[in-house]
Amino acid sequence: MATYSTNEFRSGMKVLLEGDPCTILENEFVKPGKGQAFNRVKFRNLKSGRVWERTFKSGESIEAADVMDLDMEYLYTDGEFWHFMRTDGSFEQVAAAAAAVGEASNWLKEQDVCQVTLWNEDPIAVTPPNFVELEVTDTDPGLKGDTASGGTKPATLATGATIKGVPLFINIGDVLKIDTRTGEYVSRAR
Amino acid sequence: MAWQPSASIAALTRRARLLGAIREFFAARDVLEVQTPVLGQFGVTDPDVPGIAVPDYGFLQTSPEYFMKRLLAAGMPDCYQLGPAFRDGESGRLHNPEFTLLEWYRHDYDDQQLMAEVAELVSVLLGPADVATISYAELVFSDRYVAHPCAVDAPRDVLDLRFAEACRQLSPGRFFIVDYPADQAALARLRPAQDPAARFELVIDGIEIANGYWELVDADEHERRFAQDNRLRAGRGLPSVEADPELLAALRSGLPDCAGVAVGVDRLLMLVLQQPRIGAVMPFAWHSA
Repeated sequence: MATYSTNEFRSGMKVLLEGDPCTILENEFVKPGKGQAFNRVKFRNLKSGRVWERTFKSGESIEAADVMDLDMEYLYTDGEFWHFMRTDGSFEQVAAAAAAVGEASNWLKEQDVCQVTLWNEDPIAVTPPNFVELEVTDTDPGLKGDTASGGTKPATLATGATIKGVPLFINIGDVLKIDTRTGEYVSRAR
Repeated sequence: MAWQPSASIAALTRRARLLGAIREFFAARDVLEVQTPVLGQFGVTDPDVPGIAVPDYGFLQTSPEYFMKRLLAAGMPDCYQLGPAFRDGESGRLHNPEFTLLEWYRHDYDDQQLMAEVAELVSVLLGPADVATISYAELVFSDRYVAHPCAVDAPRDVLDLRFAEACRQLSPGRFFIVDYPADQAALARLRPAQDPAARFELVIDGIEIANGYWELVDADEHERRFAQDNRLRAGRGLPSVEADPELLAALRSGLPDCAGVAVGVDRLLMLVLQQPRIGAVMPFAWHSA
């Protein structure tokens, strides 16, 4: 397996740290004038999404991780796995478990194209599109004509996710545009 | 790679003024400017001060220390040098392989007197402020400074890492670190009980700015420390470096009692300009040099 030395560390590089695939976020060279050199490195653990900070002696190496980000179309879920298909015409499919899909399950709509992160060809993370359009399946009745009062209410979407901050005029059956990075309502979709 | 400088013209204007202010400071005190070679035949043995070797010639100098000490041994009065120095493989937010070093020596000063003069220079350049004093042990062993998880376990590695982390946390403000243990004396003399060393460093806002000694003058002790450096090098798989024979000859002829200090000029300018990256205060940082 390939390894990277601290001198080669660049942000975006995929490496194995304590057995988990991580991406390098930042690499800072630290060296007192009369002391040894170190690299203080920030990683994002690609499985948990957590940020890890570790310090290495300069010149040490760590193993590269075979990690790929692929655009894939979301097909369906069977309750246990979420199924995705490659968009390169190969029709190849992968099945991602709940741990890999995580919060993304709130925003997955059939036929939307997501980014699936594969480690040793297994899916470990799913990133939904930044904006998705989802139908409202439950919310308090809309107040007709109230488009300006500024009040909000929660609404449940077709995926089962509940979001807050929806305007009072929204009704069941409306399609909403959601920013998946914040989980916030953006607008009513046309 | 772009042809434009890595620093703004405004930063370079401020740089020119800073260099002028440093020269004025020493002119007013009758400290003479000297220009010793940047390319020399010998390197330094210190395993943590990596020189850049120049085939068929020798080394780009990591500091003007040895040449300046040869001048002092030959009778040169108080003197300073303001010029380039080089360290192999040092590149990052606070490091550039070529940087500007200010180094000066004062006859008959001890470390305390030189620290006072360093504080005055910094007051002139950055504006007046007090400098707190903290001992090496207080810094490295205090739980105030907690290091991140780390893959080092050798005792010296742990100390070096804690020191690096703790320096970064000496912020904001100006701090002298004093009372270094004997094995980190570098070329400082040891106080009578053999410990601690008469060495100091200045840290400002978490950035290491200066390193100074009440200079070791004993030639035999120099040879012992250079040999110890080469043993450390061997232990780390680094090639051995010949101790500079001309420096040793000068020390045998007699280095007068003196104190000396080296100051990172680019880092001072970073503080003046509140710039977080060293590249933004030098005309052409390494990636564009």
